[in-house]
Amino acid sequence: MSTKIGILAVQGDVAENLSSLVASIAELNEDATVKVVKTPEEISEVDGLVIPGGESTTIGQMSLVNGSQKIIKQKVESGMPVLGICAGMVLLASNASDKVVGKMEQPLFDFLDIELERNSFGRQRESFEADISMDSIGISNFNGVFIRAPAISSAGDVEVLAKFNEKIVAIKKGNIIGTSFHPELTDDLAVHKYFVNLVKESKN
Amino acid sequence: MLPLSGERKDAKGIISEKSESTDVIRGSTTLKRGFAHMLKNGVVMDVTNVEQAQIAEEAGAVSVMVLDKLPSDVRKAGGVARTASIRIIEEIMDSVTIPVMAKCRIGHVNEALVLQETDVDMIDESEVLTPADELRHIWKWDMTTPVVNGARSLAEALRRIEEGAAMIRTKGEPGTGNVAEAITHIKKVNDELRTIKSMYDIGDNQDLVRMAREFKVSYDIVEQTAKLGRLPVVNFAAGGIATPADAAYLMSLGCDGIFVGSGIFAANDAAERARAIVLATTFWNETDKVKEAQKMIDERQSMLGLDVKTLELRMQDRGGSA
Repeated sequence: MSTKIGILAVQGDVAENLSSLVASIAELNEDATVKVVKTPEEISEVDGLVIPGGESTTIGQMSLVNGSQKIIKQKVESGMPVLGICAGMVLLASNASDKVVGKMEQPLFDFLDIELERNSFGRQRESFEADISMDSIGISNFNGVFIRAPAISSAGDVEVLAKFNEKIVAIKKGNIIGTSFHPELTDDLAVHKYFVNLVKESKN
Repeated sequence: MLPLSGERKDAKGIISEKSESTDVIRGSTTLKRGFAHMLKNGVVMDVTNVEQAQIAEEAGAVSVMVLDKLPSDVRKAGGVARTASIRIIEEIMDSVTIPVMAKCRIGHVNEALVLQETDVDMIDESEVLTPADELRHIWKWDMTTPVVNGARSLAEALRRIEEGAAMIRTKGEPGTGNVAEAITHIKKVNDELRTIKSMYDIGDNQDLVRMAREFKVSYDIVEQTAKLGRLPVVNFAAGGIATPADAAYLMSLGCDGIFVGSGIFAANDAAERARAIVLATTFWNETDKVKEAQKMIDERQSMLGLDVKTLELRMQDRGGSA
């Protein structure tokens, strides 16, 4: 059966991840489909999930409203691969604080026992593009697009894939990947291709 | 990948810096338009103080827009409407984690620079404030902070994008609680997009260049927009949105998200209404959820609203011919 990859379409840049995944699957020539998912029923049918960039407070609250958070948690805990990008990575964490406001009482999915700092590099004027390497998964010189990006302040037992100026900006634990930056805003498909392969392997 | 039509490599807003380990770029078109992409399917709420900003954040707003007065109060007060007090903008920036936007007057370069220096996340060059220049808008390529502009037609939208706007909001009539103008304008933009797309699809360059001249923009941006079949930047609806059903309807017309001005904090049930409008925007295509949202508000608490035909001040006309 063909592999199904979902993109959580509560809020944020869903369409950009859709085109990156469609292009990745075409280049890899895989038997896989991509679907935009929002309801618990739609989420229950996918083999892997991308949580896109957006506002983590909004995505967290709205995914509680229709029960999608519960099903995502169940599936990820039983091994479904998930890629959390920016706000999506914030939601993976057990603890988030804001650089200025401090401790946050926001709903999180709580998959990884890590401490995360929101808006870690500052406000929009400080948003930046810089080269990032994730050598342990074979990706180097990747154009990292950081938009009001978070960073991991304490990674615990999670594998660190990339750092920028000593801050942790990409992580992996088993089937869970998080990036501070936005691969879907570039034409480099390396991260999305890596995720497609991860979903395929976990299904076999 | 983001559509980058109209991008200028020589833009002064782009800053290259050497950092400790590697080179970084700030203020690029990808970063400015990309910021707007992160707001998609969300609600931006007008606020005038910290308390309202916190209500907005708790309700699930993706961003707040700081004004001195809500558009409906600007209408009542008359006089010249200018950018909000910097002290209030800073207080709000220190008390919420979501992005903070603020408005500057049309064409007022230095109000925009002051807001950029204040570190707001996006600047709205807005017709709600009194225009500082009737003939010119800000050359937004020189800003590192992204700027959003209003538009009533595809021509206005493309003119603003050529000046460097990172995001468009289709104008309604602000401060009226009347969604009619917002609907008219998004339908007009959609209609014009369909027209140029069909010209592109049949390879009719003669008509595309005719449209470019009519729109007073370059051929290139018309061609690229026609190819995409949508605006090359994120497009939100704005002006007169007062209820969850208003928000859901505009989302169904293809808007990427919603700006709510007076609709929330001029109503007497602001906290409930803010939550309800976010709910309806998120689940706009699920009628049961929109009904649930509409049930959260009390129509007797909605702002009274104004008939657009009888208005003395039509904010939407400001800057429209430039």
